[in-house]
Amino acid sequence: MTLNVDTPAPARRPGPRRTAGHRSPGRGGRGFARFDLRATPYFLVSPYFLLFAIFGVFPLGYTLWVSLYDWELAGDKTFLGLDNYINLITDGAFWNAVVNTLGMFVISTIPQLVLALIIANALNKRIRGRLFFRLGVLLPLVTSVVAVAVVFTQLYGRDYGMINWFLGLFGVDAIEWQNQSWSAWIAISTMIDWRWTGYNAIILLAAMQTIPKDLYEAAALDGASPRRQFWQITVPMLRPTLVFVVFISTIGGLTLFTEPVMFEGNPTMAGGATGQYQTVAMFIVKEAFRDFDMGYASAAAWLLFALILIGTLINYSFTRRIGGKK
Amino acid sequence: MLNTKRHGKLAAVAVMAATALAITSCGSNEPAKSAAGGGASAPAAEPVTITVHTFGGGANFGYKKAVETWNAAHPNIQVKYQNLTDRFEDVYLPQLLQKLQAGSGTGDIVGIDEGAMGLMKARPQFFTDLAQYGLDSRKTDFPAAKWDNGINKDGKLFALGTDIGGMGMCYRKDLLEKAGLPGERDEVSKLWPDWASFMEIGKKFQAANPGKGAPKFLDGPNTLYNVVLSQEAPKNGNIAYFDTGNQLVIDKNPAIKTSFDTVKSYSEAGLTAKLASFTPEWNAAIKKGGFAVMGCPAWMLGVISGNAGDEGKGKWDVAGVPGGAGNWGGSYLAVPAQSKHPKEAAEVLNYLTGKEGHVAAFQEAGAFPSSLSGQQDPAVADMKNGFFSDAPTGKIFSDSVKDLLPVFLGEKHAQVKTAAEKVLEGMDKGSIPYGEAWTRFIEAGTKAAG
Repeated sequence: MTLNVDTPAPARRPGPRRTAGHRSPGRGGRGFARFDLRATPYFLVSPYFLLFAIFGVFPLGYTLWVSLYDWELAGDKTFLGLDNYINLITDGAFWNAVVNTLGMFVISTIPQLVLALIIANALNKRIRGRLFFRLGVLLPLVTSVVAVAVVFTQLYGRDYGMINWFLGLFGVDAIEWQNQSWSAWIAISTMIDWRWTGYNAIILLAAMQTIPKDLYEAAALDGASPRRQFWQITVPMLRPTLVFVVFISTIGGLTLFTEPVMFEGNPTMAGGATGQYQTVAMFIVKEAFRDFDMGYASAAAWLLFALILIGTLINYSFTRRIGGKK
Repeated sequence: MLNTKRHGKLAAVAVMAATALAITSCGSNEPAKSAAGGGASAPAAEPVTITVHTFGGGANFGYKKAVETWNAAHPNIQVKYQNLTDRFEDVYLPQLLQKLQAGSGTGDIVGIDEGAMGLMKARPQFFTDLAQYGLDSRKTDFPAAKWDNGINKDGKLFALGTDIGGMGMCYRKDLLEKAGLPGERDEVSKLWPDWASFMEIGKKFQAANPGKGAPKFLDGPNTLYNVVLSQEAPKNGNIAYFDTGNQLVIDKNPAIKTSFDTVKSYSEAGLTAKLASFTPEWNAAIKKGGFAVMGCPAWMLGVISGNAGDEGKGKWDVAGVPGGAGNWGGSYLAVPAQSKHPKEAAEVLNYLTGKEGHVAAFQEAGAFPSSLSGQQDPAVADMKNGFFSDAPTGKIFSDSVKDLLPVFLGEKHAQVKTAAEKVLEGMDKGSIPYGEAWTRFIEAGTKAAG
């Protein structure tokens, strides 16, 4: 910050700049001034990097190390090399978890982003009680994930759940929501959407407000309908923000954990009797803390990392094209 | 990225926990140090806090009263009793292993479920040898099976028995009567001397309760499965999923197959409420009368009364189990090597697993004593359970453990059990077809053992 303040200032305020630029010699020698100027910013940001090194880089490296062993929790450790990775790639349960995760990601994220875009566009208009609605869409985010999951799980309960009661009014038989992939995926996706749609909407809204109003005025003069304005102006101008939102959703979606765990009721991390909604994150925790195989779990964690990288790249190439044909 | 985040969180929690531990352990060490500096000669003058960690739903181990009694009599050894969770296999056990590995965080005394004793026996380095504090003198107090299970791979005594899972059948008196069946416990016991007649009663019950939302005969597959397995295992060499050489025999042991087939027949006949044990829905069904009968090892009484609450009092009762004796569950207490006060911890352990502790736990939580002196104590033998319509639970459970034989449980018993029971739940709920269930059952068990 200090470095930047100095450079653009001179043209407009030559007088004050002089004193501002030379305030350091008064406090110490010239050498110290330069050191101060250069090192202070690094010093000021260092806590983040220190914490990142301790809680970010170290566990990453350690996980990689553990993933090369048959590492039993409070037990024996034998070096395996890449065996864990090879076993994982041929492990049907792992791929089942990957398919579940991707499935839930797709059916939760696409409607969520579309909905967020629509909500943001609506909130961007002149409506009465705008602040109330804007805060309102953020409210779900304030509640704890666990509370959300507990409430939704009860709503989806087979015997005493409200959704089955409601469906029952139309003569639909009680659905065992946990039992099949499709129903479990839907139930879990609604939990995710309920919580995150408003969050994404607010981010998109903030970006929408930076779009110059004269673009819309010009378009309106040319006779463009609001719908056309939305697709031709708003969406292309939102591209960088959409990329960000898609990134965050990809990372969140691929590491989905709390909702399906709570949905299961008893935290065995199995994701249903046949693993119909076991996510990769649950698979990792199950291997590590239910079957006590830390090495295998670490290898799975690294594969998940790779999966997220690939997913993010794919999504990036998609979102980059939004409005590209302009 | 999330990878880092997750580990970051874990590490942060670990650091916080470690700090908290450091602070608390400093707290308890402080007086000891200053007293030593002052040259005090009597070590008994320094108050020591012994933490006891257990698990279990409802009244769990039932140590509230026993600990109060101890604390009142021993100002220098204060016991702090914490029940960490109601779930053993998937919550308590992984946490305990992590704390053992980390070298801090366990209680001075920890409860261990029978199902994980194989795992703990294979890790002698984490536990204190209790013989060192003279507890090997207790050998004659216990049935041989219970005692032998507390001896680890190195041949050291590391755990003493708390309760034992003698067997009964808990049932809702009001629901049976509503279905036109007798409700009085002796008559109920006569209704089902064996599993064939139990099935007939179940069908009668279902016929009287048709339609959606009506109560079912049984809760779900797990309790039935474990009751049958506890009877079948002693008939087949006293092994369950593993043989005594720790080899998986899930596909070879006839006891497993018989238990599986029994559960399957009840599920196919539609006699279960399709509930997985120890889930919120199961708890709700216990409270709301979603089913009429449930297999009940002694410790389950505490779970039911805890879940059902006061309004369930008098509606429940306990009858005999079809097919005779069996043991499901039961626990142990051990002193981890990381305890700072192993001597005092051993003293407390001795008390809690002694006659007095056993009797108090039975009165509070229905945990049936594993010690012979506890079982013979009139307070246990003549005990009636108020919640269960004054059922003579002391007599029911002592009868059911009379000819009990030990069942060997392998090192990975808990994992295999969890995986196998998942398949039973899936079969019962319909996500696994009946025709595929047995293959899936073996697959899941084999994978968990590997």
